[in-house]
Amino acid sequence: MSANETPPRAPADFEKVAIGAQATVATFKEETPSLLKRIQHLLHVHPTAIPALVLVLSVAVFAMAGGQRFLTAFNLSVVLQQVTIIAVIGIAQTIVVLTAGIDLSVGAIAVLASMVMGKLAVTAGVPTPLAILIGVAVGAACGAVNGILVTRFRLPPFIVTLGTWYMVFALNLWYSDSETIRSQDIGETAPLLQFFATAIPIGDARLTYGSIAMVIAIALFWYLLSMTAWGRHVHAVGDDPEAARLAGIRVERVLMSVYIVAGIVCAFAAWMMISRYGSASPQSGQTSNLDSITAVVIGGTSLFGGRGSIVGTLLGALIVGVFRNGLALSGVNVLWQDFAVGALIIVAVALDQWLRRVSQ
Amino acid sequence: MSTPVPQVPVSQAPILEARGLVKRYGRVTALDHADFDLMPGEILAVIGDNGAGKSSLIKALTGAIRPDHGTILFDGQPVSFDSPIDARRIGIETVYQNLALSPALSIADNLFLGREPRVAGPLGTLLGMLDRPRMRREARAALSSLGLMTIQNIDQPVETLSGGQRQGVAIARAAAFGSRVVIMDEPTAALGVKESRKVLELILDVRAKGLPIVLISHNMPHVFEVADRIHIHRLGRRHAVVDPRAITMSDAVAIMTGAMAPPGEARAA
Repeated sequence: MSANETPPRAPADFEKVAIGAQATVATFKEETPSLLKRIQHLLHVHPTAIPALVLVLSVAVFAMAGGQRFLTAFNLSVVLQQVTIIAVIGIAQTIVVLTAGIDLSVGAIAVLASMVMGKLAVTAGVPTPLAILIGVAVGAACGAVNGILVTRFRLPPFIVTLGTWYMVFALNLWYSDSETIRSQDIGETAPLLQFFATAIPIGDARLTYGSIAMVIAIALFWYLLSMTAWGRHVHAVGDDPEAARLAGIRVERVLMSVYIVAGIVCAFAAWMMISRYGSASPQSGQTSNLDSITAVVIGGTSLFGGRGSIVGTLLGALIVGVFRNGLALSGVNVLWQDFAVGALIIVAVALDQWLRRVSQ
Repeated sequence: MSTPVPQVPVSQAPILEARGLVKRYGRVTALDHADFDLMPGEILAVIGDNGAGKSSLIKALTGAIRPDHGTILFDGQPVSFDSPIDARRIGIETVYQNLALSPALSIADNLFLGREPRVAGPLGTLLGMLDRPRMRREARAALSSLGLMTIQNIDQPVETLSGGQRQGVAIARAAAFGSRVVIMDEPTAALGVKESRKVLELILDVRAKGLPIVLISHNMPHVFEVADRIHIHRLGRRHAVVDPRAITMSDAVAIMTGAMAPPGEARAA
C-alpha cells in the first residue's frame, strides 16, 4: 500500500509535498532498541518475571545466610503454610485492584465470615456444611454492598471499602460478642472447619490441604482472568472504563461481579483461617488487609488497574513469607522484617511506574 | 491501490436515514428537526461549525443519546437505540475519537473486546474458555484485509503501537464483524500528515469492501479528498448536501458558516 500510486482524488495542494514521502506509517516495524529498552519491553510483556526473579534470589540469599535451617523441606513447607491465607485473600485483592480499585475490607470480611461459620456450627448447632455455605453467603453479601456503593453511588472504592472495613469489623465484634470460639470445641463439633489443616507428610515437609487448596485457587483464577471473556473485561474495565463501555462491555456489571467474587473468596479464606489457627477469633486477621495489598503490589499488579497477574500475587505473598521467615531464622530483630517488606513495596511500585512508561 | 469511485444510483434507498431529529438540553436546541441520509457504499462527510449539532447528530445515530423527537431508519425500518451496544448489534460501528481501545490488552483482545468467541464444546459453554486461535486468526485476517498486516505480533499490547497504528486497529475493528455502516469521528485529528494519509487510504479501503462510511471531520482537504457527498450541518439541522466535485472548499466553508446560501439543488428538504 502506498499513497503515490494514482490516489482516487488528488490530495490538497499543500500536501503535495507529502506524496513523495514515505507513506508506510503502519508497518509496525521496530528499530533496534537499546538493551535497557529491551529489558523494559520484556518485563512489560512478562510482568511476573520480576517477582519470580526476586523470589529465587531471596531464597538463594537466605539459603546462604540462614544456612541449614532455612533450606529444608520442612521449613519451606512452613513458609507455604504461612502465606496461604494472605495469598488467597490476595486473589480477592488482585481482581479488585485490576479494575483500578482497592478493597480495604477483605480482612474484615474474612474475619466476619469465619465467626459466622464458627458460631453457627459450634454454638448454634447448624450442620457444618450449611454453616460454611452461610459464611460464604455473608462474604458475598459484604462484597455486594461494596459493589453497589462503587457502581450505583459512584463512590471511590478506597472510601467505600474503608467504610465497610469499620462497619464489617464492628458487626463481627457484635455478632461474636468479642469471644473466641475455642479450637477444642471446633474440633469436637465441627471438625470440617479444620479440614484444611490436614497435612500430607512428604519426607520432612508437611503439605497441608490448605496449601494445596491455595494452589488450586490460584490456578482457577489464573484461568478465569486470562482465558475467559470475564477476565478480559476485568482488565479492560481497569485499563480504561470509558473505552470498555464504548466497546460494549457492561462496566457496572463487571465491577459488581468483581466485588461479589472478592467477598466469596474472602469467605473461603475464612474457612482456611479457622483451619490454620484451629480457633475462630474475632481479633484474627487484623493485618490481612494491608498484607494482601502488599502481596498484590510486590507481585507486580499495578494499582492503576488493567495490568497484573494472579500468579504474581502468589509470588508476592511467597516473597514476603520468605523474607519474614528467612530474617527470623537469621536471628534478625523482627522490626527489620517490616522494614524489608516496606522497602520491597516501594521498589515494586517504582518498577511498575517505569514499566508503564513503555508506551510513551 | 486505486479504488473505483462507486456511482451511487439516485434511485437507491438510503441504508441509514434520520427524519426530523430534535434534541434539547434545557434551553439549548442541539438538534432542530435534523435530517440525514447515508447511501449504500458511499463516504458521506459531515461538516459543520462548532456547536452546529454535528456531534449530537452522530450520538443519536450511534445510540449514545436518545433524540426527543424524530425517527431513525435503518434499511428502511424504524429503529431506536438505548445504548451504543444496540446500534452495534444491527451493524452500526463507530470509531470514536478516543478510539475506545484498551491499551494494556493485545491487538487481538481489543478487536474482540465485548464479543469474544468461545471454544466449541463444554470447555466453551461451561467454562467460558476463549477461542484464542480463532481470535488470532480472525484478527490477522481483519488487519490484512485492510493492508495492515505487517504487524509482527498480534499479541502485542495496543499501548506499544503508534497513534496511526492504533487508529488502524480501531478502524479494522469497526470494519470487521459483519458491520453494515462505519461511523468515524475525526479519525485524522490527532495524527500527523503521513499518518493521516495512511488513515485516508484505510477509509477508502473500507469503502472498497462495500461498507458505507460517515466521516465527521474538521479537515476540509481530507473531506474533499475522500467524500462522495458532503452533509453540511448548521444551526442544528441539515443545511445542505453538496457534491465535493462541484464545489470549492471555500464555498463549502462559506455555506457552513452561513456566509453563503447553498446552491439551489443542494438545499436540504
